[in-house]
Amino acid sequence: MTVDIASASVFPRLERLLPLVQKPIQYVGGEVNAVRVDWDAAEVRWVLMYPDAYEVGAPNQGVQILYEVLNEQDGVLCERTYAVWPDLEALMREHDVPQFTVDSHRPVGAFDVLGVSFSTELGYTNLLTALDLGRIPLLAADRGDDHPLVIAGGHAAFNPEPIADFLDAAVLGDGEEAVLRITDILRGWKAEGCPGGRAESLRRLAAAGVAYVPAFYDVEYLPDGRIRRVVPLRDDIPWRVAKHTLMDLDEWPYPKAPLVPLAETVHERMSVEIFRGCTRGCRFCQAGMITRPVRERSRSGVESMVARGLQATGYEEVGLLSLSSADHSQIAELTTSLADCYEGSQTSLSLPSTRVDAFNVDLANELSRNGRRSGLTFAPEGGSERMRKVINKQVTEEDLIRTVATAYAAGWRQVKLYFMCGLPTETDEDVLQIARLAREVIRVGREASGRRDIRCTVSIGGFVPKPHTPFQWAGQLDHETTDRRLAALRDAIRADREYGKAIGLRYHDGKPGTIEGLLSRGDRRVGRVILEAWRRGARFDGWSEHFDFGRWGQAANDALADEPVDLDWYTTRERHHAEVLPWDHLDSGLDREWLWEDWQDALDEGGVEDCRWTPCFDCGVCDQLGTHIQVAAPGSGA
Amino acid sequence: MSRQPPREHVPPVQRFRIRYAKRGRLRFASHRDFQRALERALRRAGVPMAYSAGFTPHPKISYANAAPTGTASEAEYLEIGVAAECDAEDLRERIDAALPQGFDVLEVVRASTPDFAARLQASRWRIELPDVPAHEAQEALDALLATSSAPVERLVKDGRRTIDVRPAILAAGVASERPGQPPCAILTVVVQTVTPSVRPDDILAALRSVAGLIPPVPAQVTREMQGPVGVADSATQVPEGFLLGDPLAADREADQT
Repeated sequence: MTVDIASASVFPRLERLLPLVQKPIQYVGGEVNAVRVDWDAAEVRWVLMYPDAYEVGAPNQGVQILYEVLNEQDGVLCERTYAVWPDLEALMREHDVPQFTVDSHRPVGAFDVLGVSFSTELGYTNLLTALDLGRIPLLAADRGDDHPLVIAGGHAAFNPEPIADFLDAAVLGDGEEAVLRITDILRGWKAEGCPGGRAESLRRLAAAGVAYVPAFYDVEYLPDGRIRRVVPLRDDIPWRVAKHTLMDLDEWPYPKAPLVPLAETVHERMSVEIFRGCTRGCRFCQAGMITRPVRERSRSGVESMVARGLQATGYEEVGLLSLSSADHSQIAELTTSLADCYEGSQTSLSLPSTRVDAFNVDLANELSRNGRRSGLTFAPEGGSERMRKVINKQVTEEDLIRTVATAYAAGWRQVKLYFMCGLPTETDEDVLQIARLAREVIRVGREASGRRDIRCTVSIGGFVPKPHTPFQWAGQLDHETTDRRLAALRDAIRADREYGKAIGLRYHDGKPGTIEGLLSRGDRRVGRVILEAWRRGARFDGWSEHFDFGRWGQAANDALADEPVDLDWYTTRERHHAEVLPWDHLDSGLDREWLWEDWQDALDEGGVEDCRWTPCFDCGVCDQLGTHIQVAAPGSGA
Repeated sequence: MSRQPPREHVPPVQRFRIRYAKRGRLRFASHRDFQRALERALRRAGVPMAYSAGFTPHPKISYANAAPTGTASEAEYLEIGVAAECDAEDLRERIDAALPQGFDVLEVVRASTPDFAARLQASRWRIELPDVPAHEAQEALDALLATSSAPVERLVKDGRRTIDVRPAILAAGVASERPGQPPCAILTVVVQTVTPSVRPDDILAALRSVAGLIPPVPAQVTREMQGPVGVADSATQVPEGFLLGDPLAADREADQT
């Protein structure tokens, strides 16, 4: 028997390295519900990568869904790979072991497609490590017919321009149907004997509008560094590429049998997605903007996914996931029926919702009938009333105080509040208002609960302007000012003798946010910065212990030395209406003029309601995509 | 508002002792990894577990002497408490089927004798040393056995700790090589269960410090047995005629009578 060396398992070689690395279990696979498909019988072979450590990547819903959807197809195989930590990377280089899948430990270079899911731009350097370890040329232009197609998906793929040089294609939007269409096109092309090689396979994907192929577009620049225009290089390629939108979640009850990793991960629970999309209209929120419209899973659909998933996994906790879970139109009935169903069992339910209202507290009470009431989280996002108007977070201070009072009175001991720093038009005073709000929360909480041992944790993230949002034109706050404002806030809380000790403050320095900003709103020239930073050792940039701002700064200086642009140009510079943005040819369904008007409304501190409950505001998604909001009819049990 | 834990403490109606193996690539699982996998397997298998009382009830499981991460084992033991009467063989099949392959349930016996943990007096380890000729391993072992004390340092949670390996070694030997095979010394060591524990890594560290034995590739280690020392019944002979008993023998006999 001959073994195809190129696709043979590397496990015997890897096994000798595993005693030498931290947490070796993350590299061996063997998860409950992992699928094994015969390699030789498969016509199209996918490897999906989540470009972060296994402990973060393994629970990722996107990868788990597509893994199952693909493996269910006849003649299709799908395996998974994750970023390896630097200790194993060094050993793999020393012992010539390529990037491998955790399922059957085959080299990723042996697959037809390497699909990479980017939830965050800070995973870009990990893609380069995987390609390099996988012996796949870093630049798409250098790849040959034997190399996999490298296709990006996930939220960051809505502006794939900074990694355009490393990608063969990008898929915008929901992946379930898109991966099947890609599979069909590749299957047909392979069955024909791969006519025209790699370029033809990509042409078919692009011409069908399934995927964006950066190499088929030319970017022209103005002398001052702005983009002049982005032009397709062939006439069978669309000028704009639209996102994929899955319309009936009940037809796609994935994952049906979620993977249960052996290694400990960041989410030790099962997740059921109860709806996709959000129309709250928070202006900072890219997820809410690019996943429109709202599409709910039915109550019975959720209930059967919970029941089947628990049986398949043995998990003792289920999270009901979405961008704002308390907003499901049947959420009260759903939580009550699930709480009834699992009362007295060892199964607990969680609803990751941060909505600031009493209804949210009622839901949390219901889900913790017999459990400990430890902490509840709310996200006012802006510290001052004015700031919340700018970001369209329609919560008054009165709402917030009343909500936390209800929570403390119901037995919750700790309230966590999420805020952002660096929002457009923000002043020092807006951030200091967070301290005042937190003091008020404790004061009212002590009254409502009659106890002094209640706590409030203030958690602050740095705001990074994102493509396809009304804030895509905004100048990002420089990290020095971010750090100064956060230090002033910390001092204000510490100085409070009466309440300060009951208030915890969590924040990170502003530097990683600056690099995230560069990668979020960058254009193709930023690819050189990424490559240079990676060559200088950038890995795991989402981890503070690995992130090195100095390295990125130097890489940006060197890589952009011959360009009229620099790090500040990409981050702190406000863009004008007429400027061509790097992602303008990528269609999230949102009307550019609507986004601009919303940006102007933000500057005027004007609000816009949720279109689930008010008339349409013409954001463009439903018209453009022929889709519509899907909310279950009130009172319907279905 | 003061909220009370909802559940009264209900004592288990039966306890079972379980011998299981940790094999192949799953030897890289830590003990905590195994614990999570087992608890989920018990739920998938529908085993009627007894739970502790309180706001966060835990299934009644007690573990003994888990083998370190990276070592395989044919002789791991744990005990579970159940809330309804079960059949031992039925439990074995169900739990084994629910656990990932590589965590394999070898035997389930109803617990009817006290002091189980005290019976795990020693472990027999098989340490394979690829690319090390048997005579080199034998010389190193002889040197180690000739000393009266072999302190090694180990990183523990709160810093470095010095452990004397030598007194815990009850017996040891090296298997001779088979002709025609690549060299791979096979060390068999019986180590007393002591606190702090002496692990195979510590034995290897001692062989290194006492005799300069440095294996070119990481050793493959398997725990083959655990049990009472010097018990003759159902015992297996290890080097130097050393006797290691079966810790489940007493429960098995009690169950049959």
